Amino acid sequence: MSIEIRSAPHIKGPKSVEQIMRHVVWSLLPICAFYVYQYGLSAMASLVVVTGSCLLAERWFVKTGTQSGDISDYSAVITGLLLALSLPPGFPLWMGAVAGLVAIALGKALFGGIGFNVFNPALVGRAFAQAAFPQAIATYTPSFLPGRFHEMIPSSMALPLMQPADVAAWLKLKQLDALAGATPLAKWKFEGVLAGAEELITSLSGHMAVGPSPALILVCGAYLALRRYMDWRIPAAILGSAALTAWLLFAFDGTRYPNPFFMLFSGGLILGAVYMATDMATSPVTPRGMWVYGALIGILTVVIRYYSGLPEGVMYAILLGNAATPLIEKITQPTPFGKGASSLLGRQKKGASYPLHPGYISREDAGAVTPKKRFLPNKPKKQDREP
Amino acid sequence: MSQTTVRTWDEFMEGVWRQNPVFVMVLGLCPALAVTVSAVNALSMGLATTFVLTCSCVLVSLLRKLIPKEVRIATYIVIIATFVTVVDYLIQAVSLALYDALGAFIQLIVVNCIILGRAEAHASKNPPFKAMVNALGMSLGFTIGLFALGAVREILGAGKLFGVALFGANFQPWVVMVLPPGGFFVLGMWLLVFAAVARRKQRKLAEVAQNA
Repeated sequence: MSIEIRSAPHIKGPKSVEQIMRHVVWSLLPICAFYVYQYGLSAMASLVVVTGSCLLAERWFVKTGTQSGDISDYSAVITGLLLALSLPPGFPLWMGAVAGLVAIALGKALFGGIGFNVFNPALVGRAFAQAAFPQAIATYTPSFLPGRFHEMIPSSMALPLMQPADVAAWLKLKQLDALAGATPLAKWKFEGVLAGAEELITSLSGHMAVGPSPALILVCGAYLALRRYMDWRIPAAILGSAALTAWLLFAFDGTRYPNPFFMLFSGGLILGAVYMATDMATSPVTPRGMWVYGALIGILTVVIRYYSGLPEGVMYAILLGNAATPLIEKITQPTPFGKGASSLLGRQKKGASYPLHPGYISREDAGAVTPKKRFLPNKPKKQDREP
Repeated sequence: MSQTTVRTWDEFMEGVWRQNPVFVMVLGLCPALAVTVSAVNALSMGLATTFVLTCSCVLVSLLRKLIPKEVRIATYIVIIATFVTVVDYLIQAVSLALYDALGAFIQLIVVNCIILGRAEAHASKNPPFKAMVNALGMSLGFTIGLFALGAVREILGAGKLFGVALFGANFQPWVVMVLPPGGFFVLGMWLLVFAAVARRKQRKLAEVAQNA
């Protein structure tokens, strides 16, 4: 009789990658619908073009390269939708297509496809767009403009490789000053105007350049967490640590720092915490690691927002968190079952000696020969070999 | 063609294609990434390196029996530095704007690993003519590499090629392309293209061998 010695997990669940991704797409749909309701035709076009570009890129790389995954696993759809949601609604469509292509090419295909990527692909695409087109990505338009379902925001329709039309002039025609297009965070950073948390939570009050409603994102995220398609610890850790850092600073100097509610509900913090930081391939798998990872992202976000030249810091905070993920996983390895008591006595080192591959641990326990010993000058004993 | 011509041509193409310093050996990346913001900068950097590489390789090859083995690296560096000084003053005299654009990277040709590598690996073991042909091929390969980088970065980063606007006044420059990350992106892209072409060629050769 042969006994196969293998690492956990031993119990297989019914969830497949495709199923998880499909549920994430479903939970994103209400958010996208509300986003289109806020910004009209331009938002619709942006969602379609960016997602289409991601899908085309994915199809091409899977076909020509040797990377794993397939277009039918929905992961490229998630990348596209998240990327589009994180860009301004009037972002020129050709730039959105470039960002989508870069997201899949640099963020995913380069590393070998789904599951192998180090950074969240949507954020890689956004970071590229931020570096390549810093002006266009900072040009927001207010939500709930009259006539948003009949005409596009003029900057959307820029010809490929050409500069987008001037949005400030277009807003002036609509009897709005150019400042109406600034995001609440930019307004606070550069003019010291603070938006109220109750306005920010729903995003329902008009003429504010805000993204999708934080309340709606939290509801959709709660659905995912309840169905166990997402781990609740990461968003909880991010929002908790961001709120705590912001609250401490607010308590320290209330005139200089805004209140923590403003920090939580402005910008893309909620979207990033719920949908981007929780990407399974780029976040830690250990429960303790998730708390560390989330705390790191939350603190970094607040620090970048307060002390750097940029008004928004969620993107870079999450990318830095992604980069730290392997390290976090290494230092937060759970103690294997049966090892806890002896570690209390101090006889054995706590944690695993092969941190990234739990399989090694169980094989050692079973007394199997590790491959390393075979290279020693004295040959392994005969009984170690399989008869 | 006689046999010697074929061999000379082979020696020349060695640097241009099979052992291209930028795309195959991935050497000399410091100038390749730093000065390739525009096609003009890239080309002049390539020409300056061509001059230094060819002259120093010929001189090293001529002196190869005189140079003691123990101090050869120092001797090569002195020879290379001499030609770099010549080129440094030459560019300063011809075009001060170009000199400012290339900055410290002209002087830094001294430490370019392609030049020292060629002197050590090829010129010190071969007669002057062979060393010259090899050096010319290598410098052409290097210049092509720099130009490929510089052209893409100038087209996307400024909408121009050799300072001539390609897309009209309304062009949206990709700011990232003139920044250091852009250099890495474009280099990676070209490496991909070169690897794909090389692989396809290899596959074709294998097919021919199989059919024969």
